[in-house]
Amino acid sequence: MTPKERMAIAPQAMPEQDAQVRAHNMNEVALGYTAEMAKTEASRCLQCPTKPCMQGCPVAIDIPGFLAAAAEGDFATALKIIRKTSLLPAVCGRVCPQEKQCQKFCTMGKVLKDVDKAVAIGRVERFCADLARESGTEEPVTCAPKTGRKVAVIGSGPASITCAADCAKAGHDVTMFEAFHKCGGVLVYGIPEFRLPKSIVRHEVEGLKKLGVTIETNYCVGRTRKVADLIRKDGFDAVFVGTGAGLPKFMDIPGENLNGVFSANEYLTRANLMKAYLEGEADTPFWHGKKVAVLGGGNVAMDASRMALRLGAEKVYLIYRRSLEEMPARKEEVHHAKEEGVDFHLLENAKRILGDDKGFVNGLECLRYELGAPDASGRRSPVPIAGSEFTLDVDTVVVAVGNASNPLIPATTEGLEVNRRGNIVVDPETNMTSIPGVFAGGDIVLGAATVILAMGEGRRAAAGINAYLMKDRS
Amino acid sequence: MNKIVSKKQLSDNVFQMEVEAALIANERKAGQFIILMIDEALGERIPLTIADADPARGTITLIFQTVGATTLKLSKLNVGDALAAVLGPLGRPTSIRGANGEPAGHVVCVGGGIGVAPMHPIAQALKAAGNKVTIIMGARNKSLFVMEDEMRAIAGDDLILITDDGSSGRKGLVTEPLKELCEAGAVDEVIAIGPPIMMKFVALTTKPYGVKTVASLNTIMIDGTGMCGGCRVSVGGATKFVCVDGPEFDAHQVDWDQMLKRMGAFRPQEAAAKDHVCNLYKGI
Repeated sequence: MTPKERMAIAPQAMPEQDAQVRAHNMNEVALGYTAEMAKTEASRCLQCPTKPCMQGCPVAIDIPGFLAAAAEGDFATALKIIRKTSLLPAVCGRVCPQEKQCQKFCTMGKVLKDVDKAVAIGRVERFCADLARESGTEEPVTCAPKTGRKVAVIGSGPASITCAADCAKAGHDVTMFEAFHKCGGVLVYGIPEFRLPKSIVRHEVEGLKKLGVTIETNYCVGRTRKVADLIRKDGFDAVFVGTGAGLPKFMDIPGENLNGVFSANEYLTRANLMKAYLEGEADTPFWHGKKVAVLGGGNVAMDASRMALRLGAEKVYLIYRRSLEEMPARKEEVHHAKEEGVDFHLLENAKRILGDDKGFVNGLECLRYELGAPDASGRRSPVPIAGSEFTLDVDTVVVAVGNASNPLIPATTEGLEVNRRGNIVVDPETNMTSIPGVFAGGDIVLGAATVILAMGEGRRAAAGINAYLMKDRS
Repeated sequence: MNKIVSKKQLSDNVFQMEVEAALIANERKAGQFIILMIDEALGERIPLTIADADPARGTITLIFQTVGATTLKLSKLNVGDALAAVLGPLGRPTSIRGANGEPAGHVVCVGGGIGVAPMHPIAQALKAAGNKVTIIMGARNKSLFVMEDEMRAIAGDDLILITDDGSSGRKGLVTEPLKELCEAGAVDEVIAIGPPIMMKFVALTTKPYGVKTVASLNTIMIDGTGMCGGCRVSVGGATKFVCVDGPEFDAHQVDWDQMLKRMGAFRPQEAAAKDHVCNLYKGI
């Protein structure tokens, strides 16, 4: 095919559940490509010799390579190429912000002057992974001969899953410790079923078990056992800390402790992990919000607003103090939220939450904003307009303004160096912390970031652990 | 899975269970708590305090009252059954006078209802650190007292029993003997565990005397590791998480009225769920 012919192929739209229907169910919104669609979309890749897309991928997947195989309909080879550098293609194909990573640099998108018309790399990636998983044709992974070394992995989110898999493949005995009763971290408590089916996360965790990884749930390292004791008493030779950014930030405005105000973590955990939406079946109580305001403009804010609709809210307001352009959420998520009926209130911000005499939310006072000069982040800073207060009639407020790093491990681990924000400080090459043999990665190091960045960190830390354990041995 | 190795019914709706949890038994310190689940698929996560632990047997002792669906289901389990999950020990341990840099002195422990259970390891530790320990145990009536013998073993003659109806000990409220002790002027510290309304009044009682007062809070929580923020309370005007910043706080700084309201956030749902479970057991 000539480049001209490739250019003439229409971008393949993602089949989706109808917006009005899906706003009331938990099933996945994006239904996935058919084999024909995946092949067609992959054929749009111009196979640029400079591979610009790869520079946008935090784990440097050979994107033109896998797309060439997919274009031939050889999805098994395509997956093999992806798996060389990425451990969780079914997850990343769904939740990576491709428009800010690989697809941002895609020549096709540049030529067509629209990043949305770039080759849909993530969708093809997802198809390859789904096909192999659903047909049971994933290639078994083999592990190197046993090294006799023991590695403890703390947490079970994307950074930890990746680190555990890589360490197991290198022949180490790996034990993964998770405080919750289910593995997956943010993939199970945070990201909703309609965006990432939990069966996929379960499948990845099963994959770890097949690699010989031992999983200990209901085990909070720092409390159940200290990091130092894992090394001194339990014989672990190296420890990876991937405990994430699990400490919700609040707005620090009056009324935030009223009943009906939730952190997005709590709101989503009740619904996702604890299955509170199965009312009458799940024991965790369900909050009947009819008019819900979600504060924030990231992916978590989108997840919370769309979850609120699915939990029966009649009205969902999304309050964000900048404009659509500065919104950190993925365009696709914003688009989906709008389609489903979330009411976007841009250039507005919550000033205080109002409550009745029993302590329940009954309103939200907001202030209008305008955009001023760019701030340190390069985004135009929002400036409140004096006297522009108005009140929204709501019974629920979900605060989705980000997470700080979880203090549990730093607070209980002597000698572990953290920065001003509480993030663990690591060697950028090896991800080793200030304590020899203790490594860290993911959001506990980066601050709240993305699944793929966390995965990249887990992978680098695993390489660091391997080098550390083998050097130690020789 | 954590097997139940012994079970005792202490009163109409109060139960004591000894559960296998070797690591927790080893690691726990006075003041810490656990989160348990009966069913990992659709169950609820509930925090319970640790009344006692036996590292040699690898067990912890829990004392609970059947207040909601999960505690009701828990009360129906028997020796040999297992809990799906027990996570802990969570929270910061109690700062024990005499072992924390503050000189040992006279500490008054005020336990209301089953709040006496979590008070037990704290009172033990206070005694061991060389403090004079006075224990005030309060309940609505005699049948609701738990661990009376264990507490007497620690406090001896300095155990004060008080009931709403006078069926055991003095008739009245825990704040009355507390006030008398403060009045006498020989109290260095007060620790209160019990219903929030009791802890609020304990704080109000000691405040005029400037006696350091600590309360252990048992708020609504999900993960117990700082992730959800459902357990937040206002302490001295700042928001704190009971699970990682507590569970113990300066009782004079806690916004009790706000906490009391927050405890009621899910009351209608909790009542409906408990009725539902009750009906299941009755076969309705």
